[in-house]
Amino acid sequence: MKKILLSLFIVLSLFSLIVSCGQSQGKGGEFILNNGAEPESLDPHLISGVPEHRIYMALFEGLVAYDPKTATAVPGLAESWEFSDDNTVITFKLRQTTWSDGVPITAETVKKSWERMLSPELAAPYAWFPAMFLKGAAEYNAGDAGPDALGVEVVDKYTLKVELVGPLPYALDAFAHYSFAVVPLHAIEKYGKEWTSPDNFVGNGPFVLETWEPQNKITVVPNPKYWDKDAVKLSRVVYLPIEDNNTSYNMYLNGEIDWQTTVPTDRIKEAKLRDDYIKNPQLATYYYIFNNTKKPFDDPRVRKALSMAVNRQELVERVTQAGQITAYGIVPPMTGYKGVKGLGEDVEKAKALLAEAGYPNGEGFPEVEILYNTSEGHQKIAEFIQQQWKVNLGINVKLTNQEWKTYLTTRREGQFYIARAGWVGDYQDPNTFLDMFVTGGDMNDAFYSNPQYDELIHKAARMAPGPDRFATLMQAEELLITQDHAIMPLYFYVTINMIDTNKWGGWYPNVMDIHPLKNIYKK
Amino acid sequence: MGRYIFKRFLGLIPTLFIIITLSFFIIRFAPGGPFDSEKKLPKQILENIEKKYHLDEPLVMQYLRYMGNLLKGDLGPSLRYQDHDVSFYIVQTLPVSLLLGVISLFVALILGLFTGALSALKRNTWVDYTFMSIAVLGISIPLFVTGPILMLIFALVLKWLPTSGWINGRGGWATLIMPVLTLSFPYYANIARLFRASVLEVLQSDYIRTARAKGLSVRAIMLRHVFKGASIPVVSYLGPAFAGIVTGSVVVEQIFRIPGLGRYFVQSAFNRDYPLIMGTVVVYSVILVVMNFIVDIFYGILDPRVSYKD
Repeated sequence: MKKILLSLFIVLSLFSLIVSCGQSQGKGGEFILNNGAEPESLDPHLISGVPEHRIYMALFEGLVAYDPKTATAVPGLAESWEFSDDNTVITFKLRQTTWSDGVPITAETVKKSWERMLSPELAAPYAWFPAMFLKGAAEYNAGDAGPDALGVEVVDKYTLKVELVGPLPYALDAFAHYSFAVVPLHAIEKYGKEWTSPDNFVGNGPFVLETWEPQNKITVVPNPKYWDKDAVKLSRVVYLPIEDNNTSYNMYLNGEIDWQTTVPTDRIKEAKLRDDYIKNPQLATYYYIFNNTKKPFDDPRVRKALSMAVNRQELVERVTQAGQITAYGIVPPMTGYKGVKGLGEDVEKAKALLAEAGYPNGEGFPEVEILYNTSEGHQKIAEFIQQQWKVNLGINVKLTNQEWKTYLTTRREGQFYIARAGWVGDYQDPNTFLDMFVTGGDMNDAFYSNPQYDELIHKAARMAPGPDRFATLMQAEELLITQDHAIMPLYFYVTINMIDTNKWGGWYPNVMDIHPLKNIYKK
Repeated sequence: MGRYIFKRFLGLIPTLFIIITLSFFIIRFAPGGPFDSEKKLPKQILENIEKKYHLDEPLVMQYLRYMGNLLKGDLGPSLRYQDHDVSFYIVQTLPVSLLLGVISLFVALILGLFTGALSALKRNTWVDYTFMSIAVLGISIPLFVTGPILMLIFALVLKWLPTSGWINGRGGWATLIMPVLTLSFPYYANIARLFRASVLEVLQSDYIRTARAKGLSVRAIMLRHVFKGASIPVVSYLGPAFAGIVTGSVVVEQIFRIPGLGRYFVQSAFNRDYPLIMGTVVVYSVILVVMNFIVDIFYGILDPRVSYKD
């Protein structure tokens, strides 16, 4: 009997040892986050969204990476860089490092990676982004030139010279973007499309892919070959693709998620009472587009009147409630650029303008609609604005909601009077908001056209960084907003994150809402 | 009988062909394309992508290409999830939906048969009223209400169960409890009501009266005669129920974060991911027609009055 008990004891002890070893999370612990959606791809050249970007930052590193506090460029694959005197050429000095499988990464790897990204055959959805910076990229992507047209020169094994389309002061930050990713061409050649499977995966970021179960989870673990591996503290990161905000918020409350990247609108009130609710201004604007070519919105007086009759303060306090910031211009405030004052609010003046345009007290105003994509939040905002215009100007507008892709098509085709829109800046420069509205621009759904505006935007693109360039951009914004009022800015977004910063360090709020996992650690 | 089964089986092919053809063209009528987003793609980029996926070809040409590939067993690439083909995502996720569906149907069946029979035997007593009231709730409360209520009670308030996830996650098999209960509830309710009515009908039939007259015990009558006879409507309900429970788990998969095919079905429609929508439609159609086919065959085995001659 004693022998049996002893054997049982040993077996149980061994079992518990094995189990506890299996559950061990290493030194830094496991970090679980809601990534919002299943990624479109893990191949950095084929991605285009926020969930994919979060995974990209763990698995890959471009020439530069993001500073966790400011989201501006810090050394990544490149340990240093130098701008030419006229700001049109950057020379990157690469560090001597390797892929996760030990294959060295050289300047040639970077050049070939970019050639892959921009090749028409790959059909990368974000190929337009490098084309905004890199000389020859647009021509090559359009099939009008070969890869030799690219302004990328391998000086030696670890030196790369990059020629820009102009003296773009914000170009350096752009190199942290996934469209400038460096990819393991040797692995892609070997495994084809399957190179992103966990068994075949090769990366150069702080983490490597461990598992990928579609619609369930993606896990990554530290990359032992990463040049700055000692800075990586977490032992595992789990990305959950949860689209239902209520489910993920409940999981966060239940301790099943460590970082929740949003809060359902109807639960913001309760979330705000918690000390792990982190709100921060974002480089993003919520606005309404007027169809500048359709009556009565082809008259700037009408556009101005409608905009001046909306109480933004009440909108952000009573409707959106998450602490958004009232907006009267399209560009959110950023370092060195204050943004325009805009028209402000003045109901009496709005009434006068409307009367001047031929609609005294709203009489005779045609039946128009506000178009928005199906969402409770957009609907509440539209209802508020509908009410404001009715009370303040005596005009009735109808509301039309459409499913996302249908709404996009309607908007693009100009089949609307007023449509909701939102824009998140790609980089920290006013240009990312202003170049949308040049005549014939792909994103110019307001169909705004002012040659003077176009000229100012083009002029700024050729200017050196500094106050003069910002003054030119400000002049353009004055035209767009104060003079022509092509669109109606409503508020600047804020990001909402839930993370217990008493437990996790290395996570900082910033205007780009970019939070590299490399820096996160358990306190 | 073999000849009948073979002929019925051949009949499935035109049905599937019509479903696939109609679906192919109908989904293209929806406004918006797979590559539309807030940040509009420049013309050149869009052209490159459309060329890559043959979307620049005439629709009829695309249809012929799709059908040709389908016959070869190739469901094509996903336009949204670009690292794998549609078949990969189906192979990864269908077993999850099937497992959830089978367990839910099994639970619904066991509970439904038991409470249905008990309600019939204890007709118009408090037992009957209780079970039938629960069944009415099951039919009238939608899944998207049942699920979150269970989550609120058992996960957030009592903290007995994980809120969501799948069996290979941290929560393990406990993650199955709430989705199974949610998904099986309406099916349980239907089976219970169906079986109760059916048992009552059989109990009043002549052959049961004969069996009673012969002096058979209640237990023997129930097991040997009533259950078999009364199960016919339930069996004929099981085919569509199985198809429904597998294809209809979309909401439950969404609420409880289950990595099943249903999530792809919903998302591919929103994303206008044509090959993935088609892939899920093909799978769901096959499940639906095959289940109806199997039920037809079983129906005859259970009820000798059904003839296989046509």
